[in-house]
Amino acid sequence: MRNRIIVLLAAIGAALLVWNLHTILLGLPDETRQDMIFRIIYFHVPGGMIGLTGFGVGLACSVVYLVKKDLWWDALAASITEVALAFALTNLVTGSIWGRQQWGVWWAWDARLTGMLICCVVFVGYLMLRRAVDEPNQRARLSAVVSIFGTVNAWFVYKAIDWFPRLQHPGPVLTFRTGGGRMDPVLEHPLYWNALALLCLAIVMVMIRIRQEDVSREIDLLRRTAHASLKGL
Amino acid sequence: MKTTEAVAELEISRPVSAPAPSLIAQVWTIAGKDLRSEFRTKEALNASIAFSVVILVLFSFAFDPTSDQLQEFSGGLLWLVFSFAGTLVLNRSFSRETQNDCLDGLLASPMPASALFLGKSLANYVLLMMIEIVSLPVFGLFYNIRWARQLPMLAAVLLLGTWALTVIGTFFSALTVNLRIRELMLPMLVYPLMIPALMAAMTLTTVLLGGVPITASDMIWIKMLVAFDVVFTTLSVFLIDTVLLG
Repeated sequence: MRNRIIVLLAAIGAALLVWNLHTILLGLPDETRQDMIFRIIYFHVPGGMIGLTGFGVGLACSVVYLVKKDLWWDALAASITEVALAFALTNLVTGSIWGRQQWGVWWAWDARLTGMLICCVVFVGYLMLRRAVDEPNQRARLSAVVSIFGTVNAWFVYKAIDWFPRLQHPGPVLTFRTGGGRMDPVLEHPLYWNALALLCLAIVMVMIRIRQEDVSREIDLLRRTAHASLKGL
Repeated sequence: MKTTEAVAELEISRPVSAPAPSLIAQVWTIAGKDLRSEFRTKEALNASIAFSVVILVLFSFAFDPTSDQLQEFSGGLLWLVFSFAGTLVLNRSFSRETQNDCLDGLLASPMPASALFLGKSLANYVLLMMIEIVSLPVFGLFYNIRWARQLPMLAAVLLLGTWALTVIGTFFSALTVNLRIRELMLPMLVYPLMIPALMAAMTLTTVLLGGVPITASDMIWIKMLVAFDVVFTTLSVFLIDTVLLG
């Protein structure tokens, strides 16, 4: 059943992605001021959305783990955070390429840029910590705590960086932030479609990661059982 | 026999029903123990102070130490020194208790983990402030900065910023105490989490070292430091049980 969902979602995501790529690369006209580089927005913005949402959902799963002490929630939190980190890095890399073209530098130390980078560094620390702890329950506990600290900290970073006089990011353009008028619907709609395509792929990745976590936990259990019974001999 | 003495003897003879010491007394005991053992060897304190002087010397090669522009990033430099030298103290806070299973003893005592955490934080706070009191004049002396012009406000910023470093550092010292690669994990986790507090402290310190009083627009950073201290102290006190006991 789970395999079928994975395959189905992957197929939908891939089909959407191909169709979107066709629209984005061949269908849409160039933007007046940015020329063709503006197309990065179709991956940059959904990448950031999925990344930040993922960190948030990962935090929620960590809290549920701390309440319920069920390792499945920990596996879910880890999988989601890992995938979210990948998308957040996409956001940073595409943003950097766009910045080179538009601002003339690869890295502008712009407020949101720095905030996202710090966020990524914190969650890289989270994933490194997971590798450093062998005992599953201890790993789950400690990483859940780091996730909570990291997310609270991200909020502080977000606030602090707003006050640092370095904002040069374009303001919000999407209709749900501005109420419309900043971006032509012809250009805006493919962005949502691409966000949907990438979301499908993100969910597929999370499901595959969860399966890996399940399998590795099972192997771990078998190894312990074997070890215990061998000792008994 | 006087009544007070009789009561005192009664209490000693009935240890089971003796009231548990208050949280403040417990925190105080732990802080006192940590400070006493540190002052007997002075290992971490000497190392951190020496290290902070080394960093201050290294800075002089990174840029022109006689330049007037130094003023513009003096606060940043100073807090880098504090956070690097401070982590030498903070990192050891819990790991030094692993010898002879002292940590297990502390956790088995009838004292909540939060008291242990707060006590250790308090001791670390005192040590960090001592490092700062030494390295601040040295910094002023090396780089020709008249640091005492806004002393009361500067002291307030130091007190608030140092508590932020202390809380994060002590908490993660507890979190990583049983890890194989503790020394590698700690800086990776601690420095990114200190960033908001360091940003605020650096901005404020730069202003104050320039001899300018803090304006209304800078007050937002003070508020931010206070909020950071309150939020992360609360979080740590709530989560320390999860980290140490499970």
